[in-house]
Amino acid sequence: MATTITMPQLGETVTEGTVAQWLKRVGDSVEKYEAFVEVSTDKVNAEVPSPVTGTIREVLVKEGETVATGTPIAVIDEVGAAPANAPSAAPAAPAVPEAPPASAAPSAPPAQTASSNGARGNGAGAAADADAVLRGASPAVRRLAREHHIDIRTIRGSGTNGRVTADDVLTAARMGPSAAVGQAIASAASPAEAAAAPPASKAAPPSGTSTYGEPIPGTIVPLNQARRIIAERMVESKHTAPHAWSMVEIDVTNVWKWRAREKDRFERETGYKLTLLPFFMRAVVESLAAFPLMNARFTPDGIYVNKDVNLGIAIGLATNLVVPVIKHADQLSIKGLAIAGGELIDKARRGKLGVDDLAGGTFTVNNNGANGSWASAPIINGGQAGIVTMETVVKKPVVRDDDSIAIRQMMNSCLSLDHRVVDGYVASGFLADLKRRLEKMGPDGAL
Amino acid sequence: MAKTDTKTASLDRHGLSDDQLREILRNMLLQRQLDNRGFQLNRQGKVPFALGSEGHEALQAGAAMAFHRGRDVLAPYYRDLGLAVGIGLSPYEIMLSIFARAEDHNGGRQFPNHYSSKRAGLMSFSSILAAHIPHAVGAAYALKYRGESDRAVLCTCGDGTTSEGEWHESMNFAAIHKLPFVMLVENNQWAISTPLSKQMAQPEIWKRAAGYGMPGRRFNGFDPLETYDAVNEAMDRARSGGGPSLIEGTCYRYLAHSTDDNDMTYRTREEVREERKNDPVPRFEAILIEHGVMSAQDVEAMRKDVLRETNEATDAAEAMPYPQAADLYTHVYEGAWQPWQ
Amino acid sequence: MAVSSTSAASTLMNNVEAVRATLYEAMKNDDRTVILGEDVGARGNVFLITKDFIGEFGERRVIDTPIAEASIVGIAVGMAMEGLRPIAEIQFADFIYPAFNQIVGEAAKIRYRSNGEYTCPLVIRTPYGGGVRGALSHSVCVEALFYHVPGLKIVAPSFPADVKGLLNAAIDDPDPVLFLEHKKTYRLIKGEVPDGHYTIPLGKANVLKQGTQLSVVSYGLYVHWALEAAQNLEAEGLSVEVIDLRSIRPMDKSAILQSVEKTRKLLIVHEDNKFGGIGAEISAMVAEEALFHLDAPIRRLCAPDVPAMGYALPLEEEYMSSPAEMAQAMRDMVRF
Repeated sequence: MATTITMPQLGETVTEGTVAQWLKRVGDSVEKYEAFVEVSTDKVNAEVPSPVTGTIREVLVKEGETVATGTPIAVIDEVGAAPANAPSAAPAAPAVPEAPPASAAPSAPPAQTASSNGARGNGAGAAADADAVLRGASPAVRRLAREHHIDIRTIRGSGTNGRVTADDVLTAARMGPSAAVGQAIASAASPAEAAAAPPASKAAPPSGTSTYGEPIPGTIVPLNQARRIIAERMVESKHTAPHAWSMVEIDVTNVWKWRAREKDRFERETGYKLTLLPFFMRAVVESLAAFPLMNARFTPDGIYVNKDVNLGIAIGLATNLVVPVIKHADQLSIKGLAIAGGELIDKARRGKLGVDDLAGGTFTVNNNGANGSWASAPIINGGQAGIVTMETVVKKPVVRDDDSIAIRQMMNSCLSLDHRVVDGYVASGFLADLKRRLEKMGPDGAL
Repeated sequence: MAKTDTKTASLDRHGLSDDQLREILRNMLLQRQLDNRGFQLNRQGKVPFALGSEGHEALQAGAAMAFHRGRDVLAPYYRDLGLAVGIGLSPYEIMLSIFARAEDHNGGRQFPNHYSSKRAGLMSFSSILAAHIPHAVGAAYALKYRGESDRAVLCTCGDGTTSEGEWHESMNFAAIHKLPFVMLVENNQWAISTPLSKQMAQPEIWKRAAGYGMPGRRFNGFDPLETYDAVNEAMDRARSGGGPSLIEGTCYRYLAHSTDDNDMTYRTREEVREERKNDPVPRFEAILIEHGVMSAQDVEAMRKDVLRETNEATDAAEAMPYPQAADLYTHVYEGAWQPWQ
Repeated sequence: MAVSSTSAASTLMNNVEAVRATLYEAMKNDDRTVILGEDVGARGNVFLITKDFIGEFGERRVIDTPIAEASIVGIAVGMAMEGLRPIAEIQFADFIYPAFNQIVGEAAKIRYRSNGEYTCPLVIRTPYGGGVRGALSHSVCVEALFYHVPGLKIVAPSFPADVKGLLNAAIDDPDPVLFLEHKKTYRLIKGEVPDGHYTIPLGKANVLKQGTQLSVVSYGLYVHWALEAAQNLEAEGLSVEVIDLRSIRPMDKSAILQSVEKTRKLLIVHEDNKFGGIGAEISAMVAEEALFHLDAPIRRLCAPDVPAMGYALPLEEEYMSSPAEMAQAMRDMVRF
């Protein structure tokens, strides 16, 4: 049973109080009459004793905040409700992000509470929680998840006890498939689990298992949320969209020169590196404008042609794959695209991508050439009509129009397309247009 | 059939003509024939239920003669086959009810003998004893309210019903407001298996009238003419603003309560046989013959005609269709039925 | 409750005044209308609803009956079958039980059993409900006993304007209508009542307050408290929709479903006992027809399953649900 604690009236004429300090945090247990918060008024400071024995479920007022007498300030679950709350209570509490550095806190940091569950073993613990989430899903949640092709387990619940609510499902649906992956990654990278995971893996890994980052032959790498979702999304994409593939070879010599001319100044001014990617993206958004069917998605009611051009950049990290999105990429200059892209890539590497960063993509670009790939057949991001790559740039002798031979920087660009939405006519037209635009870019011009 | 002593010095016709006397006899014969037909059909397996009124023929035929068709209102109970026919329901309508056909006034919804006919002035009633009596009183109030003189409500019930609270409440109200209402109790001595002695300490029901402040009278329910006189007197009183009356006609229920009752579990064959000696049907036949109103051949011809009429009604009703499944849903409220309403 | 000055088109009145005014007009306008019940004539009804009616309309039309509930209704049934338009009163709903036979066994079935040949256009009015220290015999809610019966209609308005519109509709209705008047709202609830004759159709609920996070369905006195609770919760950022059923049978199914499909959560609040109360039928219907819209179990906030509220104040308060309890239930459901 939940007990709501309200701001007490510390004095006859007092009408408000300030939370001076929380002596307990979400997830902490508290005894009846034990002080759990310190409150101050202009007359007095006082420790407030808990009216019940139980666990702090919610903290409703921040330290330093002043509220009227009678305002709810905390919710305590009376004894009996505690254990189920602990795992989900940890990520939901506003106090958590401060937990790792706040070792000065008089009570145990919540990371320990979370790890007491996390140390059961990532895979088993995660699976048990996921099943509980499925079992507890309401009819509305199940229906909406079915309709929007969303795995309930990938959604972070905002309801009571971490329940996934119908609104949570609708929010996830609005944000699109890659957002779900991002959410899972974000929760996988949450400080609570991060605090829990390293101790578990730094100690000798359980025999028979290894991690995705350090796979040991002959062992099993347990699936975490992100890996599971990626697996599901890839299968779903391949099984839903009939993938066709095409490639063009692009002469990027002039673009390369343009980039070389600008890169130092750009890095000085923005702090980001200038790669070929923003030039490529600029050409892509222009070609998408000319071939709007490439910026569409298949639905049973028809092909939905997106109004916005939100360009996703596929980024491969050590242990997983993320696709942050530049919103309204068509409205950005090459410089704008470079900055936006740079920010996202940076966030991705630091594990700081938010749900909004991952939502709403309409087309994806994959800069694949870093390791020398010459061609690739990427898997389309669910809900889009195509994905285009930049392969490695190679210096090659090529035969020009006047039959002379020259050394040029050549780069392949590969396109996987959803053949339900576009046929070869549109796809090859798009690629040809992309090639034309890139070959016209530079060596002069402003970013 | 035992013969009864029919010798009477003179016949007090109470103002009735020969034709009316013959009409009374025909009604009695028709009641018995239709009544019997219900049992025959039940034994043939054609209808699941029959409820008899043997013993009530004189009472009901006499009462029907006092009823003004098209003006008075009848609020009967389920043993009033003779009264129903007597105020204008046809044998065909009776048989439709027994066969539970769609054409029946009640659409085959009610048990047999639960008549209803706005045309004839017969108020719809249920199997719940005494529930109809407040209705009869309310109807009488409406007649008086509208100043409709020369109209009255004839309400009937058996001895058993007079034990119900609603019987008492109705009598009380009718008397307070001097309503055009006649409570005719058909005392056949038995309420299913309960003899009169277990139903009331005062076996003469008519005496309660004084307690309510209204006139009361008891009469021989085996005598149709005495019945006519009693009912007519009470109805006239009611119609002319004289207020309500409680009248009690004694008779006997020769059969069990219904086909679902075995009366040998609570009374003896001897008792029934003894009472049969007073059977009003042969008794009245004999009286009419004796006083030259009809010859024996006339009576025989009348019997045959009644049988013919019954047979025709039976065949015609049996040929009619049952209500359909969709007919279950009509007349719940005014307008079309809706689920969850 | 909006309280405004009397305007030309409407009059400010409380619920008891609304009943009185409506009955008065009905008596004036239709000669077939009669009122019968205990103490309705000389006393003018124990709440003075029919005060002075007997003087104006005569004792032929305003009938002081003996203390005999079964025949109050039974005689009214007979009047209705014979062409009058009777309005029977049961002095307190707690006294209605002797009339159960006549209401359920007879009035509800007249049309059906006669295949439409006879009808029963009858109104039975009765004050019900608690919160007035009425204890065991002046506080009960009886709607659950009757709403089960096809052939009967049941109406329970909460606002004066609804009282007038629904009572007029009940009087016009060709079938028997049980008209429930919550006695605590008689003088407590005031509102503007449009002048002139109007009816509100039976079977139409009223959405008193729009919301997006929770549907609250109620009737009677509790509508007012639920509305108050929901309005206060706006300050906490909660968006709660409040529906006044007004009509129990027929009940506005589509209003309930439409609301639940929007908010995905349903809280039923009624004064009557929980087991077998009106909330049970609503819950079953919503589970049958809108299961896949529900994001939380349906909840019913009702009286505990004890025979009655006691005379002692703590007993009455425990039995009844307060606005604070309603608010907490709403909070819990929104946050689920």
